[in-house]
Amino acid sequence: MSYINKMHRWGRIWAVVTCTMIFAFPFALAIMFGAWPNLGVFLKGLFGVAVTFWPVGIIEVITYTPMLGVGGTYLSFVTGNLTSLKVPCALDAMEKAEVKADSDEGEVISTIAIATSSIMTIIIILIGVILIIPLLSLMEQFPQITYAFDNVLPALFGGLGVVYLSRYFKIAILPMTLMLLLFVFVPYLNAGMVGIMIPVSMIITIIYSRVLYNKERKANGEE
Amino acid sequence: MFEFSINSPIIFAMVAMVLGVVVAQSIFFLVKAYKRGVELGIEKSVLNDTIKRSAIFTIAPAVAIFMGVVSLVDMLGVALPWLRLSIIGAVTYELPAAEQALAALGVDRVSNATQYVTIAFVMTFGIAASLIAAPITCKKITSGMMKIKDKDKKWMDLLMTSMFVGMLSTFLGYIVCDLGLVFETLEDGTKSLAFHYQLEHWIPVFILIISAALMGICGILLKKFKWKWLNDYALPISMIGSMALAIPISILIKG
Repeated sequence: MSYINKMHRWGRIWAVVTCTMIFAFPFALAIMFGAWPNLGVFLKGLFGVAVTFWPVGIIEVITYTPMLGVGGTYLSFVTGNLTSLKVPCALDAMEKAEVKADSDEGEVISTIAIATSSIMTIIIILIGVILIIPLLSLMEQFPQITYAFDNVLPALFGGLGVVYLSRYFKIAILPMTLMLLLFVFVPYLNAGMVGIMIPVSMIITIIYSRVLYNKERKANGEE
Repeated sequence: MFEFSINSPIIFAMVAMVLGVVVAQSIFFLVKAYKRGVELGIEKSVLNDTIKRSAIFTIAPAVAIFMGVVSLVDMLGVALPWLRLSIIGAVTYELPAAEQALAALGVDRVSNATQYVTIAFVMTFGIAASLIAAPITCKKITSGMMKIKDKDKKWMDLLMTSMFVGMLSTFLGYIVCDLGLVFETLEDGTKSLAFHYQLEHWIPVFILIISAALMGICGILLKKFKWKWLNDYALPISMIGSMALAIPISILIKG
């Protein structure tokens, strides 16, 4: 059995184990405290969330799986924080190791990056939880510290954006400009629309790249 | 049956158990991938550097995730946000999910076991789609990508790059969206389009530009002085540097 097929098998086994534990968690709480939710209230709350996050979740699976690879996908949809952490982390690791995402080496590097990042996240949050009382009083004394953490995404994507824009200028300039203009000039596009706009932007970029690619092939007489 | 408290030790024990299993899964995948890397002939130094780099990369975003835990503590105690944000969801999901559940309950913070359990159910099942879809569709999607690769490897490389660029472009747009046009309600009740003009909406844009500039400076230094070590730290430097500068800039603008 190939490595990839083995990863699929292991990935599914782990998915069953972790999903069972995650879904069992609220049931275990209900049993232990002898308190069950009112079905109507639960469904009302669930509907408010699911109407947005189920479609976005499925779109995320379709869009991120090719980028994360097999191991990375099985891990990151359990460990979460894909857009603000796992995807950029895998992307950076593959760039630095100079491997392509669609290669065997890319699969390995992406999995290592996501696994390390998942463990590290759990450790850092654990430290935070252990120290939560002194940390909360520190944050009360210096509330300005939160300004730094309100800006993780621009801090992350500014650096990454420059790397990609300089390396793939021809491909990147059009979608980057287009998305900047769309998000500024279309009032409906806001933070809540990011999940929907990622595949839209990807499709636009893929079509544009294909046009450039066909032109290049034509110029080289490959068509 | 246990007596309920939002910070009951039994909830902490259960959370620790779930997180322990996820850590075991991560270690399992890490070991498998590392061994496969050695088999493929990737130098151990490259694999070790990937571990080191990914760990460093994670520090700032993980601290920001912890800030998300802090933002939920008042509503839900420590244990549930600790679980939800260590794994599974991001604060962009967990906060609205908790708020939706609280709104359905008609309260603004948890005061009894039924409310707590209801919120745990809503938060768990509200994000069920991706948890279930990923293991079901992963093989199909990756096999489809392999077929494209077998047909035209060069196009496949370009396709992957396009996907990354497409994702990055959306996030750049998202970061500047606060500057954007909004519907403003006028005095006569009609709605009109207007730009956000307050300087505080520019803060993320300033941080984006600073981060990009720091990355550019690292790139120039790397080229000019051949400081290869800088290649490893360029992204953490641009990220942590711009986050640090976000403090004085925000104080200056917001007061």
